[in-house]
Amino acid sequence: MGRFSVRSVLLGLVAPVGALVFAALVCALILALTGNPPLDTVDAMATAAQRPRTLVNSLNSATQYYLAAVAVAIGFKMKLFNIGVDGQYRLAAMLSAALAGAAFMDGVPPFLRVAMTIVAAMLVGAAWSGLAALLKVTRGVSEVISTIMLNAIATYLVSYLLNPARLAENVPGSNNIGTRPITEGGQVPGIDYPGSTSKIFGLVFLAVLVGVVYWFVLSRTRFGFELKATGLSESAAVASGVSVQKMVVWSMLLSGAVAGLVGMPQLLGSSHSYSLDFPPGLGFIGIAVALLGRNHPVGMAVAALLWGFLDNAANALDVSGVPREIVLIMQGVIVLSVVVAYELVRRYRVRAEQRDVGRALGRTKTLEEVSA
Amino acid sequence: MSTESAAGGDPAPAVELSGITKRFPGVVANSDVDITVRAGTVHALVGENGAGKSTLMKILYGMQRPDDGTIAVAGEPVSFASPADAIRAGIGMVHQHFMLADNLTVLENVVLGSEPRAGVRLDFAAARARVREISDAYGLGVEPDRLVDDLGVGERQRVEILKVLYRGARTLILDEPTAVLVPQEVDELFGNLRDLKAEGLTILFISHKLDEVLAVADDITVMRRGTTVASVSPREVTARKLAELMVGSALPVPELRESTVTDRPVLAASGLTVTSADGRKVLDDVSFTIHAGEVLGIAGVEGNGQAELVEALMGIRVPSAGSVHLAGADITRLSTKRRREAGMGYIPEDRHRQGVLLEASLWENRVLGHQTRKPNARGPLLDRRGAKADTQRIVEQYDVRTPGIDVHAAALSGGNQQKLIVGREMSGNPVVLIAAHPTRGVDVGAQAAIWEHIRRARAERLAVLLISADLDELIGMSDTLAVILRGRLVADHDPSTVTPEQLGSAMTGAGRES
Repeated sequence: MGRFSVRSVLLGLVAPVGALVFAALVCALILALTGNPPLDTVDAMATAAQRPRTLVNSLNSATQYYLAAVAVAIGFKMKLFNIGVDGQYRLAAMLSAALAGAAFMDGVPPFLRVAMTIVAAMLVGAAWSGLAALLKVTRGVSEVISTIMLNAIATYLVSYLLNPARLAENVPGSNNIGTRPITEGGQVPGIDYPGSTSKIFGLVFLAVLVGVVYWFVLSRTRFGFELKATGLSESAAVASGVSVQKMVVWSMLLSGAVAGLVGMPQLLGSSHSYSLDFPPGLGFIGIAVALLGRNHPVGMAVAALLWGFLDNAANALDVSGVPREIVLIMQGVIVLSVVVAYELVRRYRVRAEQRDVGRALGRTKTLEEVSA
Repeated sequence: MSTESAAGGDPAPAVELSGITKRFPGVVANSDVDITVRAGTVHALVGENGAGKSTLMKILYGMQRPDDGTIAVAGEPVSFASPADAIRAGIGMVHQHFMLADNLTVLENVVLGSEPRAGVRLDFAAARARVREISDAYGLGVEPDRLVDDLGVGERQRVEILKVLYRGARTLILDEPTAVLVPQEVDELFGNLRDLKAEGLTILFISHKLDEVLAVADDITVMRRGTTVASVSPREVTARKLAELMVGSALPVPELRESTVTDRPVLAASGLTVTSADGRKVLDDVSFTIHAGEVLGIAGVEGNGQAELVEALMGIRVPSAGSVHLAGADITRLSTKRRREAGMGYIPEDRHRQGVLLEASLWENRVLGHQTRKPNARGPLLDRRGAKADTQRIVEQYDVRTPGIDVHAAALSGGNQQKLIVGREMSGNPVVLIAAHPTRGVDVGAQAAIWEHIRRARAERLAVLLISADLDELIGMSDTLAVILRGRLVADHDPSTVTPEQLGSAMTGAGRES
């Protein structure tokens, strides 16, 4: 038994590490071809990694990426592709920012105020993904299509609402517009890190909590079992008494609720308002991180940290004269090669396990029986 | 006739396999297999499920490479990297499951993949002429312009044969061609095979139905546990002797001892009707009652509504009319989960589709379908320890051959997966067992064990609905027998007096008067 688990850990690492090495080689090749010495680039990234500011920013990015990845992974676990995390978190962040910043919230006790903001964001995210779930179970609309379209609708909805005539106001001293800033009682204080002016998001702990809950629900509860079973074989799940429709609705709602959290660390920890420059595209990064981390709670954490570091190292590359786009190339190659690598490893694992079973059951003995 | 002509000219054998060895993960390997197929004969390859027949044929058809051994076609040594190579060498395969596109015509299906061209245009006229020519030459009676969707099973099989002949095959491999046919269609097929033989073609016929083999084959090779154990002539052996060669010992017989049928109804269906998406009644007004301790056997050619009946009983498919009662309570509107919790066990027909999660561990597969009940769950939480302990029990009691309960179900052979499913469905004191082909694809030992488990549960007042394609199993295991034809229960038979032949006629609708 131990043999199986040691090997499965090793096999689990082979694919992502292999993909990273492959991506690094591809990037080195591209750098060399474009006349940028690869070693200097590594050097620049290593220097960046030692700067406290890069570390803090990487961790902060990773916090958001991780939440987005968990949101995506909940769907992935049952072969449901929630491409709409992006729209869900932007709409959720915008509406909850408007709520948290509203004047009547100033009198609410800080803890309750933060909790209300977070719950509101989860509800908005769930409602937006719930639309896709509803379309899927009642009309059979593919959630891929509907969530992509809902992303676009969310974009327009946000720009409609983010208007001084509605939920926004002009940011003093700039052309930016945003929701009314959240006053101090509604913010989540950051954590100081020596040597860095930026602070670690206080809601980094929320991400950890979400990861733990995700792990617990998936591996320890009946609901998680039914979710996984549906993902592995819908027909077998149906025959086993799992209502696939119910699972679709629940997993989409949960995915959307977690998606609603994606914007929270930034909103409550740093920008305190949803304005035009609120970070977009986190939902799509979440897809990449979930793929790289294999939907595994720890795997996705590592992947999110890596992604966060690469993003923040890109700034350092710019300074040292290496085109920062090399990071995008690297991220792209990682995602593509990791998908291929996982499939190869999966096939190998199935074969290896069959071989083990064959060996453990003593094929040779059967053949002796034949000749006897 | 063929024996004389072959002996006279003494031509090279059509196919000669020698020393074929294939180490194949998880299932029985081929080990040192030797077969010589004389040209212009019907050569039968018999053996139990899992004896290695299919692996061997896949090797001959280029779908798998042998680890060892040689293949010679018409005296020439060959090596196949793909089926395309085998086809070039004149070997064709008719698969057990037809590979036809329903919405194309016979002609289109036949030419698919080797379309006749005139310039860039498809030359259907030439192809049609050639299909007619082949069909007439071998007496296949295939109409090139009919839609495959409109054809019966026997006709579809002839289209498959024609497809292979169209590609120039001189040696045909038929993988369990009679599995999907009723006895009358089997006779027709055998007529076709004799015509093909008369035209000088060679046929390799894979089967485990001994009477059929004895009726049609010129030579018989017996496989057991991955190797060839005997080559015999049908004139020298009886079905009994062949069977013993196949299993290596005396055959187990499915039979019930004394009746345990009570008068307490457990599962009752009345007027059960299922309508397909296109409005056809695939299950039409089916009514029956199974009592505690009773096994109701349902005989029928596959595709006559058995799958729909089972799914309607399990709550997977919504009936358009009728009701299902379990121990007196109406369960027609109950979900599959509630039905399972009420004590309905389910052994599905297609274990990979409905029975197991291939990429989940054995203990997770133990939980499947029982995820709300002890010992697998405590409230909303999964009881991993309880599930694992109970999986261990099933592995021991049901003789599931596995090194542990953490391996994926995909790593086990089909028979062992089936034993796990049977063990699981027998757990938790079921009151009803819906068993669709419970012994399909399992070896003889496991088959006897599964029968014994069903018998024992029946003695403890389990009600069983048994659906099987194995008529001996049906007759031997059932207290009551019904025949399903085109979605209706058409006849009841007494299993103590009915013969497989009578059942076979009833299954086609021919024996209604008897």
